[in-house]
Amino acid sequence: MKKFSYTITDPVGIHARPAGVLVKAVKPFASTCTITKGDKSVDLRKLMALMGMGIKCGDTVEVTIEGADEDVAAETIEKFFKENL
Amino acid sequence: MMTAKGKSILKGIAIGKIRFLAKKQAEIKENAADSAAELKRFQDAKALATEQLQALYDKAAVEAGEEHAAIFEIHMMMLDDDDYNEAITDLIQSEGKTAEFAVKTTGEQFAETFASMDDEYMKARAADVRDISGRVVNILTGTDTGPAESDEPFIIVAEDLAPSETVQLDKSKLLGFVTRLGSTNSHTAILARNMNIPALIGTEISEDWNGRMAIIDGYNSCIYIDPTEELLKTLDEKRVRDLEQRAMLQQLKGQPNVTLDGREINLYANIGNVSDVGMVLENDAGGIGLFRSEFIYLHSATFPTEDEQFAIYKKVAEMMGGKKVIIRTLDIGADKQADYFNLPKEENPALGYRAIRICLMQHDIFKTQLRAILRAAAFGKVSIMFPMIISVSEVRQAKEILEACRKELIAEGKEVGEVEIGIMIETPAAVMVADELAEEVEFFSIGTNDLTQYTLAIDRQNPKLDPFYDSHHPAVLRLIEMTVQAGHRHNCWVGICGELGADPTLTETFLRMGLDELSVNPGGILGLRKIIRELNLGAASTPEATPAVTSSAKEDNQPKKKFSLFGKGKK
Repeated sequence: MKKFSYTITDPVGIHARPAGVLVKAVKPFASTCTITKGDKSVDLRKLMALMGMGIKCGDTVEVTIEGADEDVAAETIEKFFKENL
Repeated sequence: MMTAKGKSILKGIAIGKIRFLAKKQAEIKENAADSAAELKRFQDAKALATEQLQALYDKAAVEAGEEHAAIFEIHMMMLDDDDYNEAITDLIQSEGKTAEFAVKTTGEQFAETFASMDDEYMKARAADVRDISGRVVNILTGTDTGPAESDEPFIIVAEDLAPSETVQLDKSKLLGFVTRLGSTNSHTAILARNMNIPALIGTEISEDWNGRMAIIDGYNSCIYIDPTEELLKTLDEKRVRDLEQRAMLQQLKGQPNVTLDGREINLYANIGNVSDVGMVLENDAGGIGLFRSEFIYLHSATFPTEDEQFAIYKKVAEMMGGKKVIIRTLDIGADKQADYFNLPKEENPALGYRAIRICLMQHDIFKTQLRAILRAAAFGKVSIMFPMIISVSEVRQAKEILEACRKELIAEGKEVGEVEIGIMIETPAAVMVADELAEEVEFFSIGTNDLTQYTLAIDRQNPKLDPFYDSHHPAVLRLIEMTVQAGHRHNCWVGICGELGADPTLTETFLRMGLDELSVNPGGILGLRKIIRELNLGAASTPEATPAVTSSAKEDNQPKKKFSLFGKGKK
């Protein structure tokens, strides 16, 4: 299992469009990817649930990646967060 | 004639017949006999809906741009959302519901979740979920979507317009739209702005309006039903003038702000938010002359953190792509109050604890902002400007704190950028000591609103004082001229970022005074550019040679130097 935490710096937070792009980025991987903020966790493949978390700029989230391709998945997804969120 | 008020999305006039868009309520049966057949119906309808959304995406990409079409891609992804599909499938398979009932029920549930969030943006997403669910339900029940074709141009009136409906409308026939629901944040509003269609939301509409003549007046945020001949004539003239004006101003994009005799001035824009930057670029401003950073504080429930501010400043600096961004540090107090500052009530707040005075007393607040600005400066061309200055020692203190922040950041290994340092000139005191102040900074920006209030001792909020108020009072104009002269004596460039800067009747005066920059609302840029390009100050004119207001003896013919951005080496 791989894990990283990240503080959102995009001023708009994870709203519709960033959420859509994030879900797309996660889809190719076989691993289960979960995002956690506070006591709420959702599967990163689920767009509406992700939007429903209402993640804002300055929020710190934790992302967990577990599965056969977790190494490469974790690397790609963390890079995606740093570059886009 | 009757009038209904609303909230205007776009300043403009639309004149035409109303088409009332009634939502067709499809008959929906709740229970089905054959679950497998219903599931197949759902899947087919979903596939067709996805196809339609793809077509809408392509259409919107052409008409409103890729960025605005993205919503339909999100719609496609929402339609494919696991939770959403599971909920629908479950209702069909386990509970024997029809496909349309399952979609409608699930759509409502998801929409409710968004509607109950405490974020205005997310609340507005409920409309997106309803839109996609409605689309699938309409396919399942054979209800057609969108208005029928028409030969005559029309104004659409509806309860609400889903983004997909807005895009489906035949733009060549659509004059404007008026809805009862909707928010200024909705995609529909954004699309309307982008397509340049006058629109009103939050209007009490009536089905009786169907087929009647109407005018949307986006300037006065209202719609006139069955307008009088006279009003029709007046507003039609305005509409035509608007169109001509817009077309003419568009041609000025990319042109320099230079008079016929070759005097050039910078035209920058005033903003309060990241969201204003689009307008800045759209109107071809040369930079941002005033970023009112206090709006970040006013829109926040608690002190915005360094990272939050950094993200915003960085975004603006990057969006401006190397053009100058002048950030005014926190100008709070007086008429701009945020509860969490816990500022005590004052007898005379305009003369009270505000702006730089707060920052110099509460270093923690000030440093958070300065650190954020210094870090953002690594991503663009950022200048910093201190407000409400009355003395040299304030500027020195502010600069010392800025320098301390820079050292801290470097010691922490954080990337920082160079910033040009300037001050607002908005007190008569600052004008009187402008020569000394100019030794400390690289530019002056004149805040004419406060300067006028403090010079004339007139509170602009008090309508009773209107007879005494003269925005062109010679005292104010002389103070501006004195500021320009003092600035130029010490290699400081001088601009105006107050309301007076946008006053077209003063543009020539300001050019003659030798101002280097005017910063105005984004919408005012091209209009000023037009005025400037038609001016002739006289061939031999240099700013210093032509007295603008005063007849007082000029110092001498200081050669007008080009102002440089950084590194004047002032300590």
